Amino acid sequence: MYKIVKKKSLNPTVSFMEIDAPFIAKKAEPGQFIILRVDENGERIPLTIADFDREKGTVTIIYQIVGATTKKLDSLNEGDSLQDFVGPLGVPSHTEGLKRVAVIGGGVGCAIAYPIAKKLHQSNAVVHSVVGFRTKDLVILEDEFAAVSDELIIKTDDGTYGTKGLVTDALKQLIERGEQYDEVIAIGPLVMMKFVARLTKEYGIKTTVSMNPIMIDGTGMCGGCRLTVGGETKFACVDGPDFDGHLVDFDEAMERSSMYRDFEKHHYEAACHLFDKA
Amino acid sequence: MPNMSLHKNPMPVQEPDVRNRNFNEVALGYTEEQAVDEAERCLNCKHKPCVSGCPVAIDIPAFIQKVKEKDFEAAYEVLNRSTSLPAVCGRVCPQETQCECKCVRGIKGEPVAIGRLERFVADYHMAHNTKDAQIPKPNGHKVAVIGAGPSGLTCAGDLAKLGYAVTVFEALHLAGGVLVYGIPQFRLPKEIVRKEIENLKAIGVKIETNMVIGKVLSIDELFENGYEAVFIGSGAGLPRFMKIPGENLKGVYSANEFLTRVNLMKAYQQGSNTPIQNARKVAVVGGGNVAMDAARCAKRLGAETVYIVYRRSEAEMPARLEEVEHAKEEGIIFKVLTNPTEITGDEHKFVNGMRCVKMELGEPDASGRRSPVEKKGSDFTLDVDCVIMSIGTSPNPLIRNTTKGLDTNRHGCIITEEETGLTSREGVYAGGDAVTGAATVILAMGAGKKAAQSIDEYIKNK
Ligand SMILES: Cc1cc2nc3c(=O)[nH]c(=O)nc-3n(C[C@H](O)[C@H](O)[C@H](O)COP(=O)(O)OP(=O)(O)OC[C@H]3O[C@@H](n4cnc5c(N)ncnc54)[C@H](O)[C@@H]3O)c2cc1C
Ligand SMILES: Cc1cc2nc3c(=O)[nH]c(=O)nc-3n(C[C@H](O)[C@H](O)[C@H](O)COP(=O)(O)OP(=O)(O)OC[C@H]3O[C@@H](n4cnc5c(N)ncnc54)[C@H](O)[C@@H]3O)c2cc1C
Ligand code: SF4
Ligand code: SF4
Ligand code: FES
Ligand SMILES: [Mg+2]
Repeated sequence: MYKIVKKKSLNPTVSFMEIDAPFIAKKAEPGQFIILRVDENGERIPLTIADFDREKGTVTIIYQIVGATTKKLDSLNEGDSLQDFVGPLGVPSHTEGLKRVAVIGGGVGCAIAYPIAKKLHQSNAVVHSVVGFRTKDLVILEDEFAAVSDELIIKTDDGTYGTKGLVTDALKQLIERGEQYDEVIAIGPLVMMKFVARLTKEYGIKTTVSMNPIMIDGTGMCGGCRLTVGGETKFACVDGPDFDGHLVDFDEAMERSSMYRDFEKHHYEAACHLFDKA
Repeated sequence: MPNMSLHKNPMPVQEPDVRNRNFNEVALGYTEEQAVDEAERCLNCKHKPCVSGCPVAIDIPAFIQKVKEKDFEAAYEVLNRSTSLPAVCGRVCPQETQCECKCVRGIKGEPVAIGRLERFVADYHMAHNTKDAQIPKPNGHKVAVIGAGPSGLTCAGDLAKLGYAVTVFEALHLAGGVLVYGIPQFRLPKEIVRKEIENLKAIGVKIETNMVIGKVLSIDELFENGYEAVFIGSGAGLPRFMKIPGENLKGVYSANEFLTRVNLMKAYQQGSNTPIQNARKVAVVGGGNVAMDAARCAKRLGAETVYIVYRRSEAEMPARLEEVEHAKEEGIIFKVLTNPTEITGDEHKFVNGMRCVKMELGEPDASGRRSPVEKKGSDFTLDVDCVIMSIGTSPNPLIRNTTKGLDTNRHGCIITEEETGLTSREGVYAGGDAVTGAATVILAMGAGKKAAQSIDEYIKNK
């Protein structure tokens, strides 16, 4: 069992948890993820390692409540325990040698982008962060990003915070302003990553995206997480989750992620019914 | 006077039309009377030909004599000397090509039903045993086992019996390997696997789940942590796909994914948290045991039509005859000499058909099997909404890539010394599917056993 040592709500739909997992904390690198099961009959879901403390032996996850399992996860509190917590899985993000980087985060994807921005900052790279949210209430990790970025731009869809518009608008402005990036790292909803990759392709800037297909084992055993990258089949859990954004077939990935939509909707409603009653 | 009937006592089974709608065990097991009657067919041959067919060399006539005498616990003791998972082997061993094909009774008539008797004895013991396990005297040495499948569990059990402190590191949340995520409930009830694993824990084997070796700890770190030897039993690995158009449509699964959702994640139960497609018409591509299991699961989940699509003829199918027969009885439709060329999808990218071409058998290929060749102009479309690819696996690179000096062959399988299971690294042994590629439970167990002996000698002589 893996104990929740700290929990807080970051916004109405996103929470933060620090989990006691010394083995994983010792090995974790930015870009890697864990798979958890909330309880004995739970499904296995992947979440990125948002932060880790090797000394304390804890791993931080930041999750958006989107469905039944994240809802159930969020019903737990400090002192409770998770049934299973396995990792660190996937290949760490490549940050070596990068000197000037634009880190683009969308929504809860910011939680995945943050440890990478932090690592880049610690290795003395120039980091420009562009983070986007639907609206002011959903903004997360602003202070954290500010602390590791040479420039931070916040965008909201409705203009209630930062400037109104999409992250791609801001990235375009940065590039047009003459910024030269070794790489753009984009993490967020599939559509966002698709459009960032489309933009950077025009300018010929190498772009890395973090893919989040539906996973089960996370060890390369089932093939459920497969993606088409440069015409080849890749398993995101062992070959990724980071891939060259100019080679990923985003349309296929978007379709695949909707495979169980009806089932998920039904279970989410059932979970809401269960946990909101209390 | 032995029972000279030419036929085995038939195995009582659930009726096909009933069982293809539930996940309860198909074969119900012998009664005491049936078991004793079957045991009477054994001639107690002096030269024990049957034993040579068993990869773990169970003293078959000796345990069968005890069944004859109705001393079922004594029969269990005989089994227990050679196998730590008799209830599993009695159910899933391909007996017809192993122990039973060497049985003299098989020369004229059917061989003695060795597998069924083994299962009977193991089940009897599980139901009646009240004795606590004997915890072996510790010898002060630590060994690590990677993977809690049959090879790893056997190696761990044998070493624990010799007094070693054994820790099994398992990547998934549950121990058992293919026995829990692959082979379905109706062929091998999970309670049985669980009890066999409890027996191992009772003699001191520690099982650490959620430990992906190569990620959380490397083999070198295991040595640094005081383990004196390591056994790798990490299994067959990644599923293969055909590389035909449409394989990433929604509704195309690997058999591993489909079976993992159904078995390990219990998607067959009402209210399961893990989703699975409500498929109406399913094509399973392949002809092995794995394909049969996937097809029979699909049927039980409520599919109206389930096809097995196989490019060679039925004679070449690698699946056990019994599994093929059971599948047919349950209404699975066999499309042999048929090869998929494309999977088609609807406007929402869900599968809506599979293009196939008819095949005919040509000259024998390198494997000695007659290779299938396409019949020109024989294309047709199967009306399906789900396709399950069951065409094999290739080894997982995780351990190979994180262990310096561990040699693998061109397929990626770990290379070991035939006699000992030793790899190219000192103190590191391997066995089971990780070495041979997908094979059988009993071969994996045999390899685990052999490695346990070698590890014992290695540590004693260090
Ligand atoms: C490598 C990786 C890292 C991720 N990191 C984070 C993170 O740091 N924070 C975060 O909030 N989310 C993250 N996700 C997404 C997260 O796994 C899903 O939001 C979660 O599984 C939803 O589960 P649910 O039951 O609550 O929702 P559901 O209603 O069941 O699903 C909602 C949507 O989530 C996706 N999803 C469902 N099941 C899975 C699954 N088993 N694996 C992957 N995606 C699934 C599907 O697109 C689905 O439509 C990550 C996904 C991957 C693959
Ligand atoms: C659906 C199906 C049906 C089958 N039917 C039969 C049958 O009827 N009869 C028969 O004899 N055989 C059958 N087989 C084959 C048989 O199950 C295998 O040959 C046997 O299980 C191999 O045992 P193993 O111990 O080598 O590996 P596995 O059973 O594959 O176990 C390997 C274990 O190692 C774990 N692991 C992998 N990598 C790591 C890592 N890096 N760190 C930690 N743990 C790791 C895995 O999670 C797994 O639990 C079937 C196989 C399948 C898939
Ligand atoms: S373990 Fe398998 S091969 Fe050996 S006797 Fe039992 S059924 Fe036969
Ligand atoms: S060969 Fe057959 S008859 Fe002879 S001992 Fe073995 S099981 Fe009995
Ligand atoms: S999640 Fe199963 S192979 Fe990636
Ligand atoms: Mg879910």
